[in-house]
Amino acid sequence: MPIEVHGKSLDTDEEGYLANLSDWAPEVATVMAESDECVLSENHWEVINFLREYYQEYQIAPAVRILTKAIGRKLGKDKGNSKYLYELFPQGPAKQACKYAGLPKPTGCV
Amino acid sequence: MPKPEDIDIPKLGDFLVTPAVSPDSMAHSQPYVANADHQNALGFPGELVDNWHDVAIAKLGELTSKSRGLQVYLDSCVKCGACTDKCHYFLGTGDPKNMPVARQDLLRKVYRRYFTLPGKYFPKLVGAEDLTEEVLDEWYKYYHQCSQCRRCSVYCPYGIDTSEVSMAAREIMASVGKGQKYCNEIINKVHTIGNNLGLPEPALADTLQGLEEDVLEDDGVAVKFPLDVKGADVLLVTPSADFFAEPHIDGLIGYAKVFHQAGISWTVSSYASEAANFGLFIGSYDNMQKMALRIREAALELGVKRIVFGECGHAWRVGYSFLDTLAGPFDFLDGDYPVPQHIVEVTHELIQQKRIKLDPEANNDKRVTFHDSCNVARASRMGTESGGQLVLPREVIKACCNHFFDMPENTIGEATFCCGGGGGLLTDDLVELRIKGALPRMQALKELDDQHQITHMAAICAICKSQFSKVLPYYGFQMDQVISVHQLVGDALVMSSGEI
Repeated sequence: MPIEVHGKSLDTDEEGYLANLSDWAPEVATVMAESDECVLSENHWEVINFLREYYQEYQIAPAVRILTKAIGRKLGKDKGNSKYLYELFPQGPAKQACKYAGLPKPTGCV
Repeated sequence: MPKPEDIDIPKLGDFLVTPAVSPDSMAHSQPYVANADHQNALGFPGELVDNWHDVAIAKLGELTSKSRGLQVYLDSCVKCGACTDKCHYFLGTGDPKNMPVARQDLLRKVYRRYFTLPGKYFPKLVGAEDLTEEVLDEWYKYYHQCSQCRRCSVYCPYGIDTSEVSMAAREIMASVGKGQKYCNEIINKVHTIGNNLGLPEPALADTLQGLEEDVLEDDGVAVKFPLDVKGADVLLVTPSADFFAEPHIDGLIGYAKVFHQAGISWTVSSYASEAANFGLFIGSYDNMQKMALRIREAALELGVKRIVFGECGHAWRVGYSFLDTLAGPFDFLDGDYPVPQHIVEVTHELIQQKRIKLDPEANNDKRVTFHDSCNVARASRMGTESGGQLVLPREVIKACCNHFFDMPENTIGEATFCCGGGGGLLTDDLVELRIKGALPRMQALKELDDQHQITHMAAICAICKSQFSKVLPYYGFQMDQVISVHQLVGDALVMSSGEI
């Protein structure tokens, strides 16, 4: 089921994750968030950008603990926890945020 | 797939009341089918083959001739009904095809038609049916509504292992080109990268180094999280969720603290960085063996003396019951230790020998219960005594916590209810099934909570931990009420600051 971004049709898998990582642009995240009735704030972008940076280095999304630590450093210690990330991404930071960031879905017993 | 907000969440209601039947209420539930790449990589055809009917029947014949057990399970059901109200998916959905007897009859009726004399000549008299596309579709839906937890088998007077029937059905489906995306994608990642997550070595190294920094900062102790260290005594094989998810990672920290405090040298392997073996779920011996062999190769390469499994339910089933058959002999390991050993056995023994000291007051803020994981409780053993797999985890928890309470007896031990996400069903496309299937465990937790104000439910399985994190909030609990057994251990462990 492809998504439309700026008049361009981008392929996704059954669950809405981008089929080609190279198709990602910030507008992709915005469009995906809109379909979830979510408006992306600066804090959402901090998470999305960190996920993309980490992925570029390691070819995998970071462990939840690495993400919370990084967000804690950037946004303040009170926000460096899973609870805050779930407030930002109610479907789960590992999955929903990865989707917006154009990364594949984490698989396994997670 | 329905969105979680559209799902009719069952009411907790009265404890374990058998629901009214609701025919076909879960007939819409099925997981995504594996794509051609994921199928081919595991040796299965990429899409439904043209002669799928004949291939399926031939495969069923092959499986029953190879496994006398499977044939007995298919032949011996007398439809007494003892299993009908024992399945968490039936109790949570009311769909009569989720009564184990009915679900297994989807395969049995085909077996009767093609492999029994009365079924061949008088099919209607014995309820035998042709394998049609509709039947294959029903297989795909309902054999992915069985978590292979084997609770029904406990109550079966003939001892029929219904999970073997589900596994056979899934293997037949994969063999004709209709495998399940979630499991097959994951198995492929283990074959290529070494773990379910697809976590490559540099990311694993970064994660473990981060944990060393965290523990040093939190506890002031230089606990190591070694990776690929040759000559270590212990190879720790643990679910990759332990490197990634919460509350799993707190369990990993607990294992590391135990090894540190006991002075046991250990290592993780980046090559065999997964304990889980999804080959079991899809019934594929070949894939199960290929993954198990990674553990053997890593143990040889690193020159370890022992193999210890982390908290992972079906990994322990494969490890305890099949590892030697799949990848043995392990005569190069230290014969003084079981092969493999469970981390709970390691910790339990260290407590008995007083080689580690626990301060249960550290967990005085918690009122804890324990969820027996199905594959540990019903398909394995810990320690040397019968039933040790039920006793040892509780003894470890009690050594770490002053406030421990068990849920009702018919929901724990060998009668434990599945978390609702086992057997290769822990995927978002089955979220409705997972939420509904958790109902009996949630009811049991609520019963106990009403009496004892439970704050935490400890688990020893990565799937159980992820599943409960997801479903607890739907039933009025908090997602962080599920914790790792070894988080309790890690928090109670009295640490000395010396480096090992």
